Parts: sequence; C-alpha cells; structure tokens
Amino acid sequence: MAASNITLELKSEVEDLLNAYAQCIDDDKLENWPDFFTDSCLYRIIPRENHEVGLPTAVMWCDSRGMLEDRVTALRHANVYQVQWYRHLLSNPVITSEDGNTFNVQSNYAVFKTCNDGESTVYNVGRYVDVIVRDNGVLKFKERSAIFDTHKITTLMVIPI
Amino acid sequence: MSTTPEHLKWPKEAGCTAVPYSVFNSEEVYELEQEKIYNGDTWHFLAATAEIPDKGSFKSTYIGDTPVVVTRGHDDEVYAWVNRCAHRGAEVCRERHGKSEDGVFACVYHQWAYDAKGDLRGVPFQRGLAGKGGMPKDFDKKQHSLRKVRVVVFQDTVFGTFGDNTPDIEEYMGEDVAYHFKRLMHKPIEILGTTRQYIAGNWKFYSENTKDPYHASLLHLFHATFGLYRSSQKGASIVNNDYHSVLWASSGTESADALDDMKKDKLRTLQTGEYELKDPSLLKGQQEFDDGITLVILSLFPSLVLQQIQNTLAFRQILPKGKDEFELVWTYFGYKDDTEELRNIRLKQFNLIGPAGLISMEDGESTELCQNAIVRDGKYTNVIQMDGKEATGNDHLVTEGLIRGLWKGYQKIMQL
Repeated sequence: MAASNITLELKSEVEDLLNAYAQCIDDDKLENWPDFFTDSCLYRIIPRENHEVGLPTAVMWCDSRGMLEDRVTALRHANVYQVQWYRHLLSNPVITSEDGNTFNVQSNYAVFKTCNDGESTVYNVGRYVDVIVRDNGVLKFKERSAIFDTHKITTLMVIPI
Repeated sequence: MSTTPEHLKWPKEAGCTAVPYSVFNSEEVYELEQEKIYNGDTWHFLAATAEIPDKGSFKSTYIGDTPVVVTRGHDDEVYAWVNRCAHRGAEVCRERHGKSEDGVFACVYHQWAYDAKGDLRGVPFQRGLAGKGGMPKDFDKKQHSLRKVRVVVFQDTVFGTFGDNTPDIEEYMGEDVAYHFKRLMHKPIEILGTTRQYIAGNWKFYSENTKDPYHASLLHLFHATFGLYRSSQKGASIVNNDYHSVLWASSGTESADALDDMKKDKLRTLQTGEYELKDPSLLKGQQEFDDGITLVILSLFPSLVLQQIQNTLAFRQILPKGKDEFELVWTYFGYKDDTEELRNIRLKQFNLIGPAGLISMEDGESTELCQNAIVRDGKYTNVIQMDGKEATGNDHLVTEGLIRGLWKGYQKIMQL
C-alpha cells in the first residue's frame, strides 16, 4: 500500500461520497440511489452471522445497476409496507487500501427507522465494506456490502441500507 | 394437562369458518398453546442435519418458547435437550451454533458438565474440598440429566417433540405432506445461510398466511405482475391431518378464462405489461424438477414451513415469543451437487424471499396489520369461507380450505 497516495483530498472525497449516499436514502430520493454505483456493480445487505462463517445468503443482492433500479421500482409500485423513514449515522471511515483508481473503504453505520407512530428505533447497525472506483472522474461504488449486526430484522426490510 | 377454562371455549356456531379474535391476543391462550401444542404431541423442526455435520456439532434453537439445543454425539447420533442446567436453571449452551471438540457441554455457573446426550457427567466439588462440603452421598448423577427432547431424523431433517404419544413422523405429516417433504429433500442439501425476522403479531396469523393461496395473488404484487404465481395458475391445495397442508403451483400454466375474470375484477395486482424488470436475470431460473412444479408451500403444524419458490429452497421456523410477537427464522439451502450456475441462481433469487423478499416481505406486514386491529375485539370473529365451509383442499388455489383445516386441528389439540 502506498500510504502517501491517501491524501486528505482523497479522504474528503470518499467521505463526501459516503455522506451523499446516506443523504440520498434518508431524503427518499431513491430514484437517484443507483447513480452511486457503476453499471456493473455488486450491492449486498448480508447478516454478519452468515458473512463470518462464509455463507453467502444476503437479504438483498443486486449485481447490476438494473437490479438496483428494479428494487426501487418494486418498492414504489409493488411492495406493501408502512410509511417509514431512515436516518443513517455514519462513522469511522477508513481507506484500507488504494490501487490507483480503486479504493477499499470501510465505515460503520447505524440506521434509525421512524414510522407513523412517531417512535424511532435502532433498526439496523453494521459496517459498509466498499470498493470505490473513479468512473469518469467521479467516485462510485463498484461494490458495496452492508454487513449488519442487527440480525433480528423487525417486520421487514424494503428500503436499501 | 390442565383443562381449558370455560371462558376460552370456542363459540359453538363458529366451527372452522370463523375464529374469535381472542385466540390471537390472550396471555391465557398463549400459555395453553405452549402447554398443549408446543409441549404436546407435535413435531418441531430443530435443524437440517447439514447444520450439525460433525461429531460434537450443535445448534441452539427453540420449541415454542423453550430453548433447546440439538447436538451430534460422538456416536454420530443426534440428540436434543432443553437448554437449562439441571442444577440451578442456567443456560448451558450460550452459542448459536458450533462444535464441542471434547463433546462436553458445561454450564458456566457451577461448571456442571453434560455430554451430547444431555447426561450429567461431572459435578465440581461433588466430594467436597479437603473434607468440607460436597454433595450428599446418595446424590446420583443419573437422576440429574438435562430435560431431554425426543428426536427423529427424517430426510436429513431433525425434528423434536416433548410429547410421549407423538405419532411416527410420516404418519404425523400425512401422505401428501410427506410426499412433498421427500420431494424437496430428495438429495443431500447444502446450507446457504440464515436470516431472522421479528414480527409484532400472533404466530397463528402467520400460520394462516402460509395456508392462504387467496392472498398470494392479491397482496404480493411483485409475484403476480410477473406471472410467477397467480391464483389462476395450475395448482392444488391439500390438507393432511387437518392442520398440515401443501400448496403447489406451476408457473406458465395460466388459463385465459381465469385471466379474463381477474381483469373484470380490476385487481390492483394485475398490471400486466406495465412493469418490466430492467434486469430480468432475477427470474431466469432452471426447471429442476420433472413435475414442472415451481411453487410449494408445505406447512407442518405448528412451527415449520418448507418452501420452494422458483429455485429458492428454505425452511421457515416459527418461534412464538409471546401472544403478539414471533420470530421467523429462514434457513436457506441448495443441493450439494448444484452446479455453480444453479447455486448463483438461488443466491440471486433469494431476493424474492426472506425479510426483504420482493414477494414475501408483505407477510410480516399483513400479520401486524391484523394484530393492530383486533386488540379490543376478542369476541368478534373473522370470516373464512372462500371455496366453501369444509376443512378440505381442492384442485385449485382459490380457497381458504387449508386455513379451515388449521382451525379444525387447533380446536382439537387445544380442546377448545
């Protein structure tokens, strides 16, 4: 790892990406959510209990931008669920390695969920493990895995993490 | 067993076509269920044998709300016991799953040690220390085993029961349920993972849901719109021994007449042509069974659902946590001889099922919708009359006959 290549500017740029991603979901601008990914991508939400023993089952598994768009279409037009909002809190972003235009990044997240009854609950806590690339000058996720500790999913999961 | 209090008795006129909402929201009923159903003559899914592959392997789970550990002993036999130390009641096994290399399960509190069978092997300071203390001379370790659960291994699946008179597992299932169980478990499986969903509703609302082909094409819009399943498809609904059931369907077998009827009803679920997948690879499955069946929902009362939806295979274990909460544990699997391509199809199609399943997430929601609405209306009943009033299946999927079977069997076992 050429540590000198991880500049303050790069760190700031990566953090901007992580923050903008969370903001997009929390602001319910989900139609823009696929734009954070490269066309060929992998997005997974996977329980830590599976990940740690090498079992591949995820609760969401999208391996193309099209599948991300389909998730959004389904939650807008097909799936039935209570009105709900997410609030992501992000912390501890670390660029674990970089190779030219590819960056491996880890960060922690906590998602609070609020429904119509007004109660906010800690809905899903975990870490993101990301492969970020520079795509036409813009940082995008080539891979994003949300590996969650909160393996007890209350009611259902419809909005991406 | 205690007798059922008069005020909990089923309304005589209700039969199996109307259920008083009180059964979904009563602590008394819940306690009776744990005694008569979960601790009674019923079989419960504990694990696939693939989850405890080695000598010393174990898995923690539940029968109803009783914590149970299933183990593989050094004699390669499968055992299960209640996870409660015979000494002072502490949890013996504190891990979800793992392997005990020496085959010993020791309680951390006072280190009473048990073997995989649940037999007590060691009691620290049994003979005292330097002549002081110790257990009485007549203390007999054989009298202090863990509370044992009778197990049976059927088609690479471990079932447990507390009942002394629980029938043989195949007899318990009934002919059709056993047939479909064998069909899905016809060769060695590979466990692919677990997810857990916690739902704020009574467990029986979910049982009804798994016996309800009526809702499938109406609540689950994703399913219906892409022709994965509609009530008009070729299929059947089967009742065995009242409270067990199988629903099966074949996709791509829709009749034009039935489709016309659905258009006349202007169903919100019928958006044919409006909605296309950007990435249809999600639905590109393989026909892996010669019989053409692409959907099986096998419901084994009271706590197991075994399912095939397209190329997804899973156990769903229903674990009641109180009168208005239950956990749904999904254990996903494929077959050991799956090609890499088929394995990847399964992993991708898991998007359809589970807590975030494009065609299953609403089941948690519908359970809560019911629970929220009935809290003050215990004396009122629901209406279960689609396709008649009998507790029987039919050669189609436009029926609530399987739900009537559930309640017929429930009344018998609960002596309501």
